Amino acid sequence: MAFFLETVFGGLMAGMLYSLVALGFVLIFKASGVFNFAQGAMVLFAALAMARFSEWIPAWIGIDNKFLANALAFVVAALFMLAFAYLVERWVLRHLVNQEGVTLLMATLGITYFLDGLGQTIFGSAVYKIDVGMPKEPIFVFDTVFEGGLLVNKEDLIAALVAACLVMALSLFFQKTSTGRALRAVADDHQAAQSIGIPLNRMWVIVWFVAGLTALVAGIIWGSKIGVQFSLTTVALKALPVIILGGLTSVPGAIIGGLIIGVGEKVSEVYLGPMIGGGIELWFAYVLALVFLLFRPQGLFGEKIIDRV
Amino acid sequence: MFYRENGQFKTSYLADQQIFPIAQDRWAIGLLLAAAFVGVPLLADEYLFRAILIPFVILSMAALGVNILVGYCGQISLGSGAFMAVGAYMAYNTFVRIEGMPMLVALLSGGFCAMLVGIFFGIPSLRVKGLYLAVATLAAQFFCDWAFARIGWFTNDSSSGSVAVSGLSLLGWKIDEPSEKYLFCLGLTVITALLAKNLVRSAIGREWMAIRDMDVAAAVIGIRPMYAKLSAFAVSSFIVGVAGALWGFIHLGSWEPAAFSIDRSFQLLFIVIIGGLGSIMGAFFGAAFIVVLPIVLNQLLPALGDLVGLTVSTAMISHAEFMIFGALIVWFLIAEPHGLAKLWSVGKQKLRLWPFPH
Repeated sequence: MAFFLETVFGGLMAGMLYSLVALGFVLIFKASGVFNFAQGAMVLFAALAMARFSEWIPAWIGIDNKFLANALAFVVAALFMLAFAYLVERWVLRHLVNQEGVTLLMATLGITYFLDGLGQTIFGSAVYKIDVGMPKEPIFVFDTVFEGGLLVNKEDLIAALVAACLVMALSLFFQKTSTGRALRAVADDHQAAQSIGIPLNRMWVIVWFVAGLTALVAGIIWGSKIGVQFSLTTVALKALPVIILGGLTSVPGAIIGGLIIGVGEKVSEVYLGPMIGGGIELWFAYVLALVFLLFRPQGLFGEKIIDRV
Repeated sequence: MFYRENGQFKTSYLADQQIFPIAQDRWAIGLLLAAAFVGVPLLADEYLFRAILIPFVILSMAALGVNILVGYCGQISLGSGAFMAVGAYMAYNTFVRIEGMPMLVALLSGGFCAMLVGIFFGIPSLRVKGLYLAVATLAAQFFCDWAFARIGWFTNDSSSGSVAVSGLSLLGWKIDEPSEKYLFCLGLTVITALLAKNLVRSAIGREWMAIRDMDVAAAVIGIRPMYAKLSAFAVSSFIVGVAGALWGFIHLGSWEPAAFSIDRSFQLLFIVIIGGLGSIMGAFFGAAFIVVLPIVLNQLLPALGDLVGLTVSTAMISHAEFMIFGALIVWFLIAEPHGLAKLWSVGKQKLRLWPFPH
């Protein structure tokens, strides 16, 4: 029982990280109708920027304080994401307004390749580590309930906490600020929003920037867990089945979908894996999404898909 | 001046409907085929065959298949690499497990198995489309990656998942010289291109295009979406599967599942976008571009680096390749959504009027 709970817990933590990436997808899809394949590349790029600047900045200006260096690196990485958001809007989205979803998807594929290449050209392609002072040692909880207790990583708990804070901040931003209201209006209907004077282009920059920030947070958490390396993009691809499961337009859907995928993946790997050869983590999420698509194409919380001629 | 159809009168429906209605086009394509079948094998050296010509011919064939699905039927697929893998591994199994199996039959059986897998993973296309379908086909990609690496039967229980074939021959013709391999692949690709061209200008091709342009409207005027979509998946994955089998048998000789990873799927999609969505000619343009560009960059970038006193490492070249591909994809989608094939036809239009444009 304790082992099962540990597995579930590990799955929840992995799922939390998928959710973070999926959040970025959902934000951009809601506000601009773009299925942003580049979210994974953005995670890698942001994490690379963070990792490298937290090394470079202390060397350049000679500060010894790790917290200060990390904070500065975070700001610089965020600025990079802002520049990225601006350039994407200026050079890509603006020219592809009113195109079909599939065209936009392929454009973001192009952005993915570009960003992967750019990140590794500027920041190098070795494995880097991000050290934001996350505690590594595991702790035991519930040792009164189970014999020996449950093994839990403190790091995972902090990551979950950060993710929860991020989701709360985002929902506050969307519900309470005027920019958030404008973003929701844009998401609802581009033309109507534009006709009452909401500047579409600026809204897109903002939403890509917010998605870039979530990518940065996801990148930091992942980077400090498994190191910043190219394989982050493959892991980030897992966010695609997550949003299919949760629904393309739903923020809670991204969270719950991520948790379901994370737990399902770990549990099936542990209990089903030995029967059919192991490694089913690689495809479980996608096949689950595939099955889901057949029965509920709009996902758990998505809006019903209506086709009109 | 030379390229105009003055005086070429069509007197029958057949003459009007032929693939190349203009006599100059027929001459040009005849010359091109003659050059490809006779001239190139006489002139090219081994490096040219191995590094450029054989990959180009096989990727063109795969791109033909992907173009039928993505360009003509509008069902975006990120699982083409998986269908290539199915083709390669099933052709291998047929070839190795059955004594005296002719190679051509093995290749076709690989295509047939890829077709079955393609139809299976195409079933979600009946419920979802566009973005959702892209994720569904990703499932095919990752599942096949895993299956060929982990399930021993597919690889004849070789420990690392890598397999090799040898002793290729066609009706007693031993295919072992690079030029022979090239000719064999070229023959199959030309036949496939002809079949594909005729398919897309027949009734079923028009059904695919109707589904692509607006599937609800197509269903309303009596086109069966299930039949149209699944037939596109079937034809596409058959061609892609045969191309995958060729890639394994002829180009690589021995291969492992990583040869058909998700990068291959993206590469095929890029070939189709750059070459031209919904164009048979485009598959060839796109494949040529994708095969030649990395080689050119490999030569060009170090030379450029030398000019400004920089040493360009191989890692940097591969990153630059990523960036250039990415930028090109975006540029093509913005500036010329119909790709190189469209540029080609614009050029031909201009040529008809040249040198007196009015």
